[in-house]
Amino acid sequence: MNFMKAIVAAGLVAASTSSFAADITGAGATFPFPLYSKWADAYKKETGNGLNYQSIGSGAGIKQIVAKTVTFGASDMPLKPEQLDKEGMIQWPQAMGALVPVVNLEGIKPGELVFSGELLGDIYLGKVKTWNDPAIAKLNPKLKLPADAITVVRRSDGSGTTFLWTDYLSKANAEWKTKAGSGTAVEWPTGVGAKGNEGVAGNVSQTKNSIGYVEYAYAKQNKLTYGAMINKAGKTVQPTIGAFQAAAANADWAGAKNYFVILTDQPGEASWPITGATFILMHKDATDKAASKEAIKFFKWAFEKGDKMAEELDYIPMPEPVVKLIEKTWSADIKS
Amino acid sequence: MAEMAVERDVMDAAGPYDRARALSAFKFGDVTFYWITRACAISVLLILGGIILSLIVGAWPAMREYGAAFLWTQRWAPSADPPVLGALGPIYGTLITSVIAMMIAIPVGLGIAVFLTEICPIWLRRPIGLAVELLAGIPSIIYGMWGFFVLGPFLANNFQPFMISVFDGVPVLGTIFAGPPSYLSLFNAALILAIMVLPFITAISVDVFKTVPPVLKEAAYGVGCTTWEVVRNVVIPYTRVGVIGGIMLALGRALGETMAVTFIIGNSFKIQSSIFAPGTTISAAIASEFAESDGLHQSGLILLGLLLFVLTFFVLAAARLMLMRLEKKAGS
Repeated sequence: MNFMKAIVAAGLVAASTSSFAADITGAGATFPFPLYSKWADAYKKETGNGLNYQSIGSGAGIKQIVAKTVTFGASDMPLKPEQLDKEGMIQWPQAMGALVPVVNLEGIKPGELVFSGELLGDIYLGKVKTWNDPAIAKLNPKLKLPADAITVVRRSDGSGTTFLWTDYLSKANAEWKTKAGSGTAVEWPTGVGAKGNEGVAGNVSQTKNSIGYVEYAYAKQNKLTYGAMINKAGKTVQPTIGAFQAAAANADWAGAKNYFVILTDQPGEASWPITGATFILMHKDATDKAASKEAIKFFKWAFEKGDKMAEELDYIPMPEPVVKLIEKTWSADIKS
Repeated sequence: MAEMAVERDVMDAAGPYDRARALSAFKFGDVTFYWITRACAISVLLILGGIILSLIVGAWPAMREYGAAFLWTQRWAPSADPPVLGALGPIYGTLITSVIAMMIAIPVGLGIAVFLTEICPIWLRRPIGLAVELLAGIPSIIYGMWGFFVLGPFLANNFQPFMISVFDGVPVLGTIFAGPPSYLSLFNAALILAIMVLPFITAISVDVFKTVPPVLKEAAYGVGCTTWEVVRNVVIPYTRVGVIGGIMLALGRALGETMAVTFIIGNSFKIQSSIFAPGTTISAAIASEFAESDGLHQSGLILLGLLLFVLTFFVLAAARLMLMRLEKKAGS
């Protein structure tokens, strides 16, 4: 009998502690999932408080936070200020990432091939069909490129990555803007779709003469041949942490309402043009105030101590002045 | 029976058992059993009705917006404002991949079944039979990964260039097998589907082939028929209904298969004449875009789901009808 009691008691204790530990729940974008889970792991070791993040996609994350089923939502696409006000929510950028064009071309080394936004748009529109097209040769006079057809690879699933890519193409190529536009899923004029970043990376690395776009981390880990970009200032830049951070630093965070800034095509000579932030969404007046407070504590900790972990996973930490701004927003807007 | 029971009831009323009471207890048990099983059966209808209803509710905004034109519009532009959605691409992809898959799977599946039941030496029967069953047990995501990493590259580097060069310039076939070869294509998806539905056709065919009375076959062999003639004129006609049932089951599976197809079909809503070009199916489109969709886009995806539901329903209904006709013919 005592034995039974002990089991029941242990069960109750387990249930109560686990429900406490799972108090901070978040859901949304798949892109920052490795980062958030690494942070959560370190945070739990340090403070004993856990965090449960489900990477179900940005759109689904927004739906969950609007329905108040989670403490925070995460999205690669910032919500418009009007929409945030309507739901009584705030948002802020938590970390950044970058996209790189990747190719599979014999004899071409990483960083050798130079693209412009205009050219990438034309390739993805299906207008530039072969690698020896004059438009490519003009930007790469020294490279010897084959006369083979370009295989265009893109994402098949709706994703924040696709949003950033198509948003950049819309800014850099007028025809792309009218024909395909920007969004998590668009009307692709050409190309084959592969599932997830890993799908695009895998397909490009297997298909000769192909081009695709992936997050920088995937290009690095899969040792893909990435291209260099000509940015808004007309300078050729390589994808480096410095170039990504320059894009974030040059963005007008203070002037933007609710941090509604899409980081693609930012000014500045050193800026990498296809950079994007991933956002956290929370209710100003949450139903579960304790959980909401815990979540803010976690994100504050992540800004203070999580930078190194972010860089290890090839994410880019938010610049210091932006973090200062975000902390001000928290104390002004979150009701406790 | 009932009257007899009543008579006996009267006769034995004075006996040690109260028969009437015992019988009514049985009756109570029977009635309860009747209602429980009936409730279970009716719950199937309720669940099905619930699914249809929720699909219709979810799809309603898209139905109102696009109307019947949804069925023959090819453009799929969820990011346009307002979104322009049409189901022709996915419907075409679903049908074409299923048809190609059946074209491959039916002869191969029947071939395996005939070999297993008529020709195969006893010692080889178990290994082949087990392998077929194992094919059915492999999760679809494994097929998808295999298609992506192994089958796709093989097709694109070897098979497709060969087919393209063979049929280059031939009318119709030339366009069907036009280039450039691609890892992710309708054909790759159809081939994976064919492998996936193979066990359905084979297993059911083996089972029905075994029901052919040996005496019929022996008689045919006795008058000098070859194995081919026995299979062609005795086994197949005798088991036609069962074989078609298995094929229809396989077709239902091919129409709805999602995960493996999503991996390797290339998700292109444009209809291209070449089967080596990427395409999409209804289920692949839903799986790809649902998580990041909202509003009209999501409603359109739910409408696609409703279409798949209706499509599968009609295929199965047609199969039933065909089976009924065949049975009638065989009976007369």
